[in-house]
Amino acid sequence: MLAVAWIIPVLPFLAFWLIIFFGRRLPGEGAYVAIGAMGIDALLSIAILAQAVGGATYQANMVWAVLGDRALEIGYQIDPLTAVMLIVVTVVGSLIFIYSIGYMHGDPRYPRFFAYMSLFAASMLTLVLANNLLLLYVGWEGVGLCSYLLIGFWFERPSAARAAIKAFVTTRIGDTFMFIGILLIFFTVGTLQFDQIFEAVEAGHLAGVTLTLAALLLFGGAVGKSAQVPLHVWLPDAMEGPTPVSALIHAATMVAAGVYLVARTYLLFFGSPDHGALTVVAWIGGITALMAATIGIVQDDIKRVMAYSTISQLGYMMMGLGVLGFTAGVFHLMTHAFFKALLFLAAGSVIHAMHTNDMKEMGGLGRVMPWTYGTMLVGALALSGVPPFAGFWSKDEILLEAFHHNPPLFWVGLVGAFITAFYVFRMIFLTFSGPLRSHHAHPHESPAVMTVPLVALAVFSGLIGFVGAPWWGNPFHHFVEFEAAESVPFDLNLALLSTAVALAGIFTAAVVYYWKWLSSASLRRAARPLYALLVHKYYWDELYAFAVVTPTLWIARRLRVFDLYVIDGAVNAVGIVFVWLARLYRLFDLYVVDGLVNLIGWVTGKVGGVLRYVQTGSPQNYLLVIAFGVIVLVIGGILR
Amino acid sequence: MLPTASDLWSIGPELWLAGLGLLVLLVDLFTAPGRKVAAGAIAVGGLLLTLIPASAMLAWDPRTAFFGSYAVDGFAVFFKILTVIATALVILAAMDSLRSRFEGEFYALLVFTALGLVLMAGSADLILLALSIEFVSLTSYVLAGFLKANPKSNEAGIKYFLFGAAASAVMFFGFSIVYGLAGSTNLYDIAVRLRTAPQPALYLSVALMLAGFGFKISMVPFHQWTPDVYEGAPTPVAAFLSVASKAAGFAALVRMLLVAIDPARVDWVLLLSILAAVTMTLGNLLALPQRNIKRMLAYSSISHAGFILIGVAAFRGDFGTPGLLIYLLGYTFTQLGAFFVAVLVGAQLRSDDIPDYAGLSRRAPVSAFLMAVFMLSLTGLPPTAVFIGKFYVLGAAIETGLLWLAVVGIINSVISLYYYVGVIRAMYVMPATSETPIPEPPALQVALGIAGLGTLIIGLYPQPIIDLAKNATLLLRL
Repeated sequence: MLAVAWIIPVLPFLAFWLIIFFGRRLPGEGAYVAIGAMGIDALLSIAILAQAVGGATYQANMVWAVLGDRALEIGYQIDPLTAVMLIVVTVVGSLIFIYSIGYMHGDPRYPRFFAYMSLFAASMLTLVLANNLLLLYVGWEGVGLCSYLLIGFWFERPSAARAAIKAFVTTRIGDTFMFIGILLIFFTVGTLQFDQIFEAVEAGHLAGVTLTLAALLLFGGAVGKSAQVPLHVWLPDAMEGPTPVSALIHAATMVAAGVYLVARTYLLFFGSPDHGALTVVAWIGGITALMAATIGIVQDDIKRVMAYSTISQLGYMMMGLGVLGFTAGVFHLMTHAFFKALLFLAAGSVIHAMHTNDMKEMGGLGRVMPWTYGTMLVGALALSGVPPFAGFWSKDEILLEAFHHNPPLFWVGLVGAFITAFYVFRMIFLTFSGPLRSHHAHPHESPAVMTVPLVALAVFSGLIGFVGAPWWGNPFHHFVEFEAAESVPFDLNLALLSTAVALAGIFTAAVVYYWKWLSSASLRRAARPLYALLVHKYYWDELYAFAVVTPTLWIARRLRVFDLYVIDGAVNAVGIVFVWLARLYRLFDLYVVDGLVNLIGWVTGKVGGVLRYVQTGSPQNYLLVIAFGVIVLVIGGILR
Repeated sequence: MLPTASDLWSIGPELWLAGLGLLVLLVDLFTAPGRKVAAGAIAVGGLLLTLIPASAMLAWDPRTAFFGSYAVDGFAVFFKILTVIATALVILAAMDSLRSRFEGEFYALLVFTALGLVLMAGSADLILLALSIEFVSLTSYVLAGFLKANPKSNEAGIKYFLFGAAASAVMFFGFSIVYGLAGSTNLYDIAVRLRTAPQPALYLSVALMLAGFGFKISMVPFHQWTPDVYEGAPTPVAAFLSVASKAAGFAALVRMLLVAIDPARVDWVLLLSILAAVTMTLGNLLALPQRNIKRMLAYSSISHAGFILIGVAAFRGDFGTPGLLIYLLGYTFTQLGAFFVAVLVGAQLRSDDIPDYAGLSRRAPVSAFLMAVFMLSLTGLPPTAVFIGKFYVLGAAIETGLLWLAVVGIINSVISLYYYVGVIRAMYVMPATSETPIPEPPALQVALGIAGLGTLIIGLYPQPIIDLAKNATLLLRL
């Protein structure tokens, strides 16, 4: 089974081409083809996971090209980390594909949507299966391209087109660092295979400052892709894409690729002197987690709340990896994929019913949309970290690792957990409780093709955390582990503390938005400067506009002026000089050159006539040419 | 002296092909008109079976059979495989478009031609070489004039015959001079004995022989039959001639020059370099104004012959001959594919004019996409098969000091982009005159798909082909 794992990315790739070419002629207008490919992939992934749990690993290579004496190899591998990622991508992907049938119903570019989604799946699975940085980079850029195409899927809307460009350019900045990092590794070690790079690290060929630099450059790519501070600004805008896209690409899988990259090359970070690179990862993650969570409090767009929540949770994953919690970070990646996909799809169901993203228009939807409400509540509890839901187990582990290895970050994480619970239940209360605030909306429950995936994801979000539960020996820890960093055993006191914090967050949200003992308006007034800071998202966009966009435009304008006056002036001056010269030259031209040109033209015309004459279509002439040809060759050869 | 059993084993694929041709003829006799496709299917199946013994021979040590007159080495095996694949694809493509009473004979003739081509590539004796060339020529004349009711096809057959007969005559004159100088017809013996031969006489014989080989590979100035014959002959035949026949011509030329003539220290590199440069330039320039796809492909095939000649001229480097083989293989898939699209459009629209390809991207999206791939490959853009071939022959030219030839080649690549992209432009940009989808028959689809896959796979993952080609040339030098 492991030997045929290469087929996993190939299937959606074929589906992409089929749908692009045949589109509406295919079953389900292409949707069934895409879902079929993903479904088979999911089954294969489950089989692979079963074998990987049994301890099997696999690796296959082939030489793609030889550059001088350096061979560029490509290949794939199966190990626990890959097996987990395969499950996440294919299972969540399949459910989201099914959901999309309902959500995208009636869209004029319906087949194209499934084509892009399939291409995305193919790229993501390539990225996950790659056993070398080259193939990983291919998949990495592939998912970036699909993200661009899908954010701008409704490109008629200027905001969507702008968001697509913003996402592409911002992540490109990170990718450039990553590419430099890849080159640095290639020219230091001479290979891009992960296992050979790791051997070089262990043997000390790649060490010291170079190693830290390489790790941090790679992390630059991860910062862009996983929307970490300071390159997080693209993800909220990316919500312009269709909601299934937000769920699959901008919550569950693609944005987690950055976390996956750090996990995959963990030894580079771990091996840097004093874990220097890891410390950077941890702090970037912690800052991102707290900052994004606070912004999430003041958002009124239901998808933007989710977007900031995603950024914040990705920050938690990075923080987990950074504080030596390899398993904790990967575990959170997995649980988050399920419950965040659930939250997004539920939000999509709400949007489908309300035709708006604005939570101020909503309210009281719990009564008309019981399935959506119930499943979203499960997602919200999982996100808040309330036991026994999935998010509790993984977030608790991250906090536990932080407590032991980096106490300041533990407090950052704890405050973040409180805020997380607060903003997500703010969203729940605003959406589902109280009276309906919009007067012209007629909400209704979504069709079964949308609610069934929701229920499936809710089951996962409820139960998947148990694979990391302590009372049967924490099997996930023995499956996905990084040997050099022993994970910290479960601590009941900390678990109780984090649960208490989550419940406190929910309670506070209820005080303000459910029971309304405190009005949110008065809170806003009381903390006006803080509120302004949050509403402006810590002024990141303004900062970039001021520090990057404006100077670039300014330079461009100055260059244009320079172009207009200096260069064009010089060109014009040269031009004037040459006009004068030309007038002189004209006389020469008229009598000498034209004569020559006419002569050449006359000769060419004659030659052309002769050539045409040669290709007469008359065999007699052809045979004559053979004779002449041979004679010319003989004479040419002998006289040489 | 009788041939031994091992001799018979060595020509297993050839015997099989001969039997297959007879079998197809027999099947043709006993099938009713309208069911002749069965003959074609049997021919394709039989050809594919030939690949089994042929590829088993890749592992053999090089040897000769029948008293040194027939070589079974990596080089010959490479061309066996290439010829058989090309023939099978051509038959597949012809099965839907060619409906006539004589369909079965057509397939049998193609199989026999394939046999002749295989013999050409393996001949190590002047007489066997002459016989196999004549064998191929005769069947090809018939194939070119196959559409008896069509005056253009008749014209193609007659012209091909006249031109071919004259070129063969000149070549055999060259052979006879070689025989006169060496006193032997065996290429390996000739190689030994020509070392003391007078140079001017050798030049004369090389020039005379080039007429014959030049005719087969459509090298300037022996190219003139090409556009007329391709235009008039049935399109599958044109595809076959432009690929399989050309490949075998190159095989015979390379074996002759490298094995027999080169040890005599005749410097024919400059001569061939000039011919290569002239061939690709002239072919390109004449392709520019063509509006008929078959004439365009004919001139483009002349220009590609020039490119492949670079590989012959640069034979002294490490990449020359392998480059030639890689180029030929990639070109085989690409050119066949392009012709197959022409078969499809010609059969459905009754037109071979490039402007009539307008809107093909909507009327036959798969074929249009593949055609675009083939056009880009013929231009030599990565990641396609011909790019790898061009990369290798140009590299070989630079390596052996023929920098100017490489420059000419690159300039010609750029020129060729114009007329190849013209086809893509017609298919994707020009408005269609009608929106009715063009039916794409299944057998042709399979042939097109294989050609497309071959083009892309060689372009994306060339290493196995490169290894195969290097292996084939190592064995050539015995």
